Amino acid sequence: MKLPTPSQTVGPFFAYGLTPQQYGYDFSQWYNNKLIDPQQHDDSIIITGRVFDGNHDTVPDAMIELWQRDGECNLFGRVGTGTDPDHRFIFHTIKPRTDGTGAPFVTLILFMRGQLLHSYTRIYFEDESDLNKSDPVLLNVPESRRETLVARKQGSKYFFDIYMQGPNETVFFEIC
Amino acid sequence: MNKKKAGGIESFHPPRLYPDYKSTVLRAPHRPLILVPGIFDDAYGPVFGESEVGPDDHDLTKNGRRDGEPLGERMIVHGKVMDLNGKGIPNTLVELWQANSAGRYIHKVDQHDAPLDPNFLGAGRCLTDQEGCYLFYTIKPGAYPWGNHYNAWRPQHLHFSVFGRNISSRLVTQMYFPGDPLLLYDPIYESAPETTRHLMVADFDLDRTEPMFALGYKFDIVLNGRNESRFENR
Repeated sequence: MKLPTPSQTVGPFFAYGLTPQQYGYDFSQWYNNKLIDPQQHDDSIIITGRVFDGNHDTVPDAMIELWQRDGECNLFGRVGTGTDPDHRFIFHTIKPRTDGTGAPFVTLILFMRGQLLHSYTRIYFEDESDLNKSDPVLLNVPESRRETLVARKQGSKYFFDIYMQGPNETVFFEIC
Repeated sequence: MNKKKAGGIESFHPPRLYPDYKSTVLRAPHRPLILVPGIFDDAYGPVFGESEVGPDDHDLTKNGRRDGEPLGERMIVHGKVMDLNGKGIPNTLVELWQANSAGRYIHKVDQHDAPLDPNFLGAGRCLTDQEGCYLFYTIKPGAYPWGNHYNAWRPQHLHFSVFGRNISSRLVTQMYFPGDPLLLYDPIYESAPETTRHLMVADFDLDRTEPMFALGYKFDIVLNGRNESRFENR
């Protein structure tokens, strides 16, 4: 068996390499915050939120990836938090379906300066409370912390803030 | 505090909290991460299309040109992206970004007092071939100072982002150069465990050095991730 190449931080200067068009650099960008074209999907949703550090300040230099797979759709998107005045990330996607074994979810990966290893979390949906109650991954999370993984719904928007530390610290999953 | 290092695959990576790298203090989770065996098993990544790769996307000596060639030492960086069994991972996306030869990033936030190079962007990408191999042409980046502690300098490095087969194989790392005296003083490099740190240092590669043109460096990348056979059997 080989040993894995260790992770290092994405650093503060990733934008022109990983999200160049979003930040106005002259290099093409393969992925952005539109996992689908909202014009083509009547059922499109928005997932939006912010990242808060241990001082409760918003993080302006994070990169967020959404990995969405529900057996039917395999979607991927990427956005930086540095171009929105409030450091929000905003994704356009469709709501995932349940795969039959649990509640619908998307996986979020967070990269930023100050993280030597990226963070994995999951976004579940407030309006799926019945399925959320029996989701096998959520059941592995202490009950008092499950709410940190559930996006709040307002209209077609889901709000999901990420707290690195503090009383509402988001649940992150160990890489395995 | 989440000071205790996790077991499993994470034990080969830097800890999430590493106070010598000051930015981790407010950005590392405090509570233990949750281990859910199998959580990533079915999380395949995006599928990449050859047609999306631009002709100069892998050649940083060309893809930022305006009116001439970028300054600095040309080099070839190549290697194999593989799984923990050493098996190459074909058709996966490798992204690269770096400072220019003076140690300055084109990023608007970089305020280091060193010149920008009008002919160098510092970003590239390619897909691995059928054996999992990738290759870039670029310019050797300069070292640069940063504010982590008094007289802190980052060793010369390239940033890499790699996907692999599965969400758990996702990797962002940095490639360093053999013999760089700054490595010993760099908390980001030193944050990685002694068992794996050296895997981030490229090998000088005379065989791939192009005579009269560019120095060769070999940098293999080994990704986390589930054993492929688990999927092939489904």
